[in-house]
Amino acid sequence: MANPAALPAVSTADVDLATVAPGGVSRRMLQHKGFVIAGAILGIIVLMALTAPLVAPYDPYAQDLGNRLVPPAFMEGGSWAHPLGTDGLGRDYLSRVIYGARVSLMIGLLTALISGLIGAVLGVTAGYFGGRVDALICYVLAVRLSMPVVLVALAVVSVIGGSLVVVITVLGLLLWDRYAVVMRSATQQVRALDFVVAAQSVGASTPRIILTEVLPNVMSSLIVVATFEVAHAILLEAALSFLGLGVQPPLPSWGLMIAEGRQHLLFEPWVIVIPGIALSVLVLAVNMLGDGIRDLHAPENRN
Amino acid sequence: MLKYTLHKLLVAALVAITVSFVAFMLLRVSGDLATALGGESARGEDIARLRAQLGLDRPILSQYWDWATRALVGDFGRSFYYPEPVWTLLRERLPVTLTLACWGLVISLAIGIPLGVLAALRPNTLIDRVAMTLAVLGQALPTFWLGLLLIILFGLVLRWLPMSGTDTWQHFILPSFVLGYYSTPAVMRLTRSGMLEVLATDYIRTAYSKGLPHRTVLFKHALRNAVIPVVALASVQFGLMLSGSVVIETVFAMQGIGQLAWESISRQDFPVVQAVLLLVSMFYVWLTFASDLINAWLDPRIRAG
Repeated sequence: MANPAALPAVSTADVDLATVAPGGVSRRMLQHKGFVIAGAILGIIVLMALTAPLVAPYDPYAQDLGNRLVPPAFMEGGSWAHPLGTDGLGRDYLSRVIYGARVSLMIGLLTALISGLIGAVLGVTAGYFGGRVDALICYVLAVRLSMPVVLVALAVVSVIGGSLVVVITVLGLLLWDRYAVVMRSATQQVRALDFVVAAQSVGASTPRIILTEVLPNVMSSLIVVATFEVAHAILLEAALSFLGLGVQPPLPSWGLMIAEGRQHLLFEPWVIVIPGIALSVLVLAVNMLGDGIRDLHAPENRN
Repeated sequence: MLKYTLHKLLVAALVAITVSFVAFMLLRVSGDLATALGGESARGEDIARLRAQLGLDRPILSQYWDWATRALVGDFGRSFYYPEPVWTLLRERLPVTLTLACWGLVISLAIGIPLGVLAALRPNTLIDRVAMTLAVLGQALPTFWLGLLLIILFGLVLRWLPMSGTDTWQHFILPSFVLGYYSTPAVMRLTRSGMLEVLATDYIRTAYSKGLPHRTVLFKHALRNAVIPVVALASVQFGLMLSGSVVIETVFAMQGIGQLAWESISRQDFPVVQAVLLLVSMFYVWLTFASDLINAWLDPRIRAG
């Protein structure tokens, strides 16, 4: 049962965290440059999203057809009345970018929650029980992997109709593959360890072993995958909305704003550039956070 | 090897059948086929007749069987929108998508492998850090946005390259690059970690101590082994590029199956959507199968289980 080869591969994160002095973890966190930068950027974006009604200078839905396509303040013809200019319907671009953060964050977090739950249950079940259960779940996984996410999501949204809830549900039901893969192999490694064998031999019930012995030890891998999947979901929502089959107007989604800006590509390229930068910065920060968490929890897995 | 191949073949076939059933169900749940085909002017009895004609009143599994056996020989039925059969549409559009995906793959391998090797040879130096930064940055840019930026830069401002369409090979440069760049980080990371692992092995040390030149050790001993997982990744990436082409082809207005799928989804032309979905999935299933076999062939440890 105990597989010595599996030992060094298991993340020793929890052992590490338990043995270092209090404050050790936070000190290591603060020393990790990428983690700190990513955390700061994300903090600002989350704060912006939470306090959107307070920080946004205008109502993101208020149209002002007399002030259409005003350039940003730093460009010729711009003014500080609209720091990032206005869009094709005269709506303040800064306010729409700020409210857009809400859409992206909500999609990213809720999708990761749904898909994480599905993927973790499938992965842990497959990894713990092995055998036929494992074969069945791997087969379901193979089916899911062979279906193109964008195409399936577009088709489903076009049948049910696009809205925030639909996009979150569809993406949540589709994006569980990576969780399942990682949770499966992490569980396989933990299951072979002595403390799980000990729990089995004293007669602990299977649900109890999974919840109290296995789950805490695969949690760090789960969090790392979840972070990357938040970024993945944000990018996919933007792509779906860009293609017109995601979040529907007039909701300010960054992907949708890029789509709406496409007709002004020729003379007002900033209409496309600004929401794209917002999107890239958010995704970059989330990915860097994921890299940071992985480095901090399991430095040996960095490569 | 035979046992391994048969096992993988069985799994691939099962997955293929399941995926085809899902694609089949998509058309069924998307609404009433007879109403859609009959059009707005059709009366109740016309629709009922059409339904009987199409076999929609029969059990779902027997309908699936008919559809699947016809799909096997390339008969995907008729489009709701175009006068041509679905298969003709696919055959016209497929070369564009395949060309795009091939170039995308070539670009991602041509950038990803050398970068990964360089990064592995000089770990934790400037080149390693630049490569890793590129990888992290690369995965943060939305493909459709990068595509639009490149259109603005090379099409509008510099006027070096055409902005949309598929007429000449120049039309393929920007979309292939955008498609390729997104999978470059994955290729690079895998090459880097594979190289790092291989370079630390005993046989590399032995090769050096035999006095073999650096280049021979690097290319004949190290890279050949490090690249095994990249081969598997490449075929999977090719499958992903076919589905990624939906976004890219739409941005660059290229007449491939991705754009066809998007247009068909927008106009609720589900027979076409179903066929594209099935086609892309089948590519993925069989590419994965091929990559498993290539891997097992290159690395005997895999087929031993």
